[in-house]
Amino acid sequence: MTNRLITFGEVSRFYGEVLGINRVNLTIPPGITSLVGPNGSGKTTLMNLMTGLIRPTRGDIRVLGVPPDRPEELGRIVGYCAQFDNFPKGLTGYQFVHSFLRVRGMSDAECAERTRIALETVNMTDAAQRPVGAYSKGMRQRIKLAQAIAHDPQVVVLDEPLNGLDPMARAETIALFQQWGAKNRHVIVSSHILHEVDRISDQVILLSHGYVVAEGQIQGVRSEVKDQPMQILIRCDRPNALAARLFQQDHVVEAKIHPDGKGILLRTTDADRFYLLLNRVVLETGLEVESVAPADDDVNSVYQYLIGEGGTV
Amino acid sequence: MNRVWMRQLTGVIALEWKKTFLSRRGWWVYLLALGPVGLTLLHTLVMLRIQGSGRSGHGVPQDIQGFAGMFELYYLRLGIFFGCLGIFSNLFRGEMLEKTLHYYFLTPMRRELLVVGKYLSGLIVALVLFVASTGLSFWLLGRHQGAAWSEFLQHGPGRSQMLWYMVVAALACVGYGAVFLVAGLFIRNPLIPAAVVMVWENLNPFLPSLLKKFSVIFYLKSLCPVQMNVPPPLNVLVTDTDPASAWIAVPGLLVVAMLVLAYAAVSARRAEISYGE
Repeated sequence: MTNRLITFGEVSRFYGEVLGINRVNLTIPPGITSLVGPNGSGKTTLMNLMTGLIRPTRGDIRVLGVPPDRPEELGRIVGYCAQFDNFPKGLTGYQFVHSFLRVRGMSDAECAERTRIALETVNMTDAAQRPVGAYSKGMRQRIKLAQAIAHDPQVVVLDEPLNGLDPMARAETIALFQQWGAKNRHVIVSSHILHEVDRISDQVILLSHGYVVAEGQIQGVRSEVKDQPMQILIRCDRPNALAARLFQQDHVVEAKIHPDGKGILLRTTDADRFYLLLNRVVLETGLEVESVAPADDDVNSVYQYLIGEGGTV
Repeated sequence: MNRVWMRQLTGVIALEWKKTFLSRRGWWVYLLALGPVGLTLLHTLVMLRIQGSGRSGHGVPQDIQGFAGMFELYYLRLGIFFGCLGIFSNLFRGEMLEKTLHYYFLTPMRRELLVVGKYLSGLIVALVLFVASTGLSFWLLGRHQGAAWSEFLQHGPGRSQMLWYMVVAALACVGYGAVFLVAGLFIRNPLIPAAVVMVWENLNPFLPSLLKKFSVIFYLKSLCPVQMNVPPPLNVLVTDTDPASAWIAVPGLLVVAMLVLAYAAVSARRAEISYGE
């Protein structure tokens, strides 16, 4: 089972006296995992460590059982779309993908076939014969992605892969991540576009100042944040009546009638007691409830609660 | 060597050629290599003109001595030295500056093989440029002598001399190439070690016998078929030392180059991507 996981055991990385990450313990299962945190929180350090580009100062890392000091094995299972927006000079998009497949030791026929597939996957076939230097930011991002996935890796690590992509390309790229995640592969993504991270992630790792602040499925992480009242949106036919009952409860911090008059936004310190109360109100008063949904168990809210406004993501 | 390694090696060489040696950036290395060919061609044309006007030019011995001077002063101390600096120190350092080395490091290629591949790609270029330039310059230098030069090349010691100069040029590429590849791998500004090596190599004629042997140029000069005459007053400062035999100089230079490369290969295995951020 451990050979299906990416594990970090007490991993620290220092750049001289500057902290990259400190005492990080992680177990990342297959699926889409998002790294979220402000600039300088350690996201790229974490990615560089799991791809073997840098080594830990302390601790142990295993990527599907492979330690990073065996770069030959790691290179076979990992594809990395790094944040560096740089390319070898003078190559076309096709040559860029093809050349590094060749360096992987593949035959010419296999390189050609895999290059074709990778370029099709990222929708770059038409621009493949143009020099990379003449590409737009979005095209450069896509050709990097093609290069990272061309060898069909088990682990795809993507540092800000949605940067520079137009909405259409972004939607297509996210669909790709979801496909890979559904195939039981590891897709590790760092992104500052929190609502998109929220939509695609199976699990989230929140980082701040080199430490892992929280990890896991976002709802689970949210429920662990006890010091912030839960926000719940209730859509119903008589919000005023419900509000009157709610104000009698000590766990209710705030209840606001929705601007359209057809719901209440509630903040409570005890969601379980609220749900029991709501059941009682429905039975007693015949309140018609259209929907009940948490309003702050998304990455953005959890990010604000745990990391705050201090940094830019 | 298995098939995958061969593909990886040829892959690196092909990629290096595409992005470095066939690019416009390398034009000055071509100039360094082809400059003396142009000069010798000019020399031949000028001498032909002088002879055509009825005046007598110099003879074959002067051309032989002239080439010995050009080979030592230009090829060994300047052309090949700086050409190798430009070619080999950029193999790793250039990629670090352009932030593209991680593409190689993310492939399942042994780092040792990457060092060898990059070295070979640089060596092929250096050999083609400088060995060909040496041969061509030698061949052209005495063309104005007509039949005397043809006789010297075909039936005299000319062919052997030309081959030895080409061997020395090749060994210079092998030796300096290895040194500058390592410098580019470890040192942020390879010009600093290059300056140190250059001063050391140029001081060589004036060093005591023992110290002379700790340089590349001593062994290269030992292999040259004709020794350059040091003009006065510098000749009084030159210390006489017996040249190293070919049986020591050739394998010695190759072994030193291999050791330097082996050190680079082992170090590359532990190397991390740090683009100075």
